[in-house]
Amino acid sequence: MAKPKVAFYWCASCGGCEEAVVDLAENILKVVEAVEFVLWPVAMDFKIKDVEALQDGEIAVSFINGSIRTGEQEHIAKLLRKKSGLVVAFGACAHIGGTPGLANFSNREIIFDYVYQKSPSLDNPGKIFPQEKTTVKEGELTLPKFYNTVFTLDQVIDVDYYLPGCAPPPDLIMNAVEAILTGNLPPKGTVLAPDKSLCDTCKRKITKPEKAVIKHIKRVHEVLIDPEKCFLDQGIICLGPATRDGCGERCINANMPCRGCFGSTSRVEDQGAKFLSALSSIIDADSEEEIKKITDSIADPAGIFYYYSLPASMLRRKFI
Amino acid sequence: MSDFEPRIVGFLCNWCSYAGADAAGSARKTYPPNVRVIRVMCTGRIDPQFVIKAFQAGADGVMILGCHPGDCHYKEGNYKALRRFHLLRKMLTQFGIEEERFRLDWVSASEADKFVETISDMVQKVKALGPLKREIAA
Repeated sequence: MAKPKVAFYWCASCGGCEEAVVDLAENILKVVEAVEFVLWPVAMDFKIKDVEALQDGEIAVSFINGSIRTGEQEHIAKLLRKKSGLVVAFGACAHIGGTPGLANFSNREIIFDYVYQKSPSLDNPGKIFPQEKTTVKEGELTLPKFYNTVFTLDQVIDVDYYLPGCAPPPDLIMNAVEAILTGNLPPKGTVLAPDKSLCDTCKRKITKPEKAVIKHIKRVHEVLIDPEKCFLDQGIICLGPATRDGCGERCINANMPCRGCFGSTSRVEDQGAKFLSALSSIIDADSEEEIKKITDSIADPAGIFYYYSLPASMLRRKFI
Repeated sequence: MSDFEPRIVGFLCNWCSYAGADAAGSARKTYPPNVRVIRVMCTGRIDPQFVIKAFQAGADGVMILGCHPGDCHYKEGNYKALRRFHLLRKMLTQFGIEEERFRLDWVSASEADKFVETISDMVQKVKALGPLKREIAA
């Protein structure tokens, strides 16, 4: 029997998801043995026309990482959707937008203005901005359209499953690959990770006092962090209460608070709003003045509450 | 801009502000009809997702009206609302939603006049700001 065909593609991402595949260690040999890669730009030399030449649905599964930032990314995502039986949004950026999604507090004009004009390390006296089409004497050159807004993968194509995380941990990747190879799949649209909050399995939970209350919000560089104690109890913002479990607490074990890369559980529509609610409930102040003083000490609430999930949030972007 | 009629969602607590709105109605007081009232048992029940959903779904402003501090039927629900409100309002400005579009006020069951004033003032301020632009362009 022919091996199932697999594509692995990256859109607006850092390459960490590709690294996560390498983190499978010896298990990668099992995967390579079981499947045939038809597209994996970071590792192997395939051309888009090879994919175009395939029958519709011929690829068993496409793993797509990265958010959608340009027209080319949308085009290839759509092509892979057409050619694939299953599409898995791989990693936080494809799943909920990821850190590239923070660009949704800005827009194309503001980004171009800074990057191609105001950036202190730049010399662009001709005020040259990227164009989708440029005519030179050899002919016409094209660049993909840079969108105003960053999108999650499921905002541009139909997605079957989600592998969360920045990057997804090897055990969840292997579980997903095995489930796909054996056809033992959960209902469409499932996030392939546990559906409870990170605090539920956090080993610091036992140190959490009956009622966590904070008077000051501190940033990680301002204090020595107690490696045993709940971050929120130390006044450090940790997105654990509003974040899905399954990451293996990699950040917590490295004594850093959660930033929410797994997104929320299935019952929550807006991760940032839910975290805001959780944080407000442990602020220890009753007078308006004192409450304001504490909340004002959070320099960038939207940026931290939606660290990974802005494009997937209810508002999706700043209204400019 | 003068013919712009803002759509405002008002979350009113059952025990104080909803009764205050009722009192304003019974006394046949007039106020602008722009506020769509949603009754909640307590302002402490208002999840920030409700407010964000209202803005997402087309509201030009959102207001929360509850019992005065110390008067909450459930003792401290309004304090919970107050804590969320300040942080949420600050966060919403980062989404381009001006502070004046989101407001929290205390209106007791007997304060029909304060209810009318608060609603009128909110409508006037949001009218001056104009419609909330919420376009998501590729």
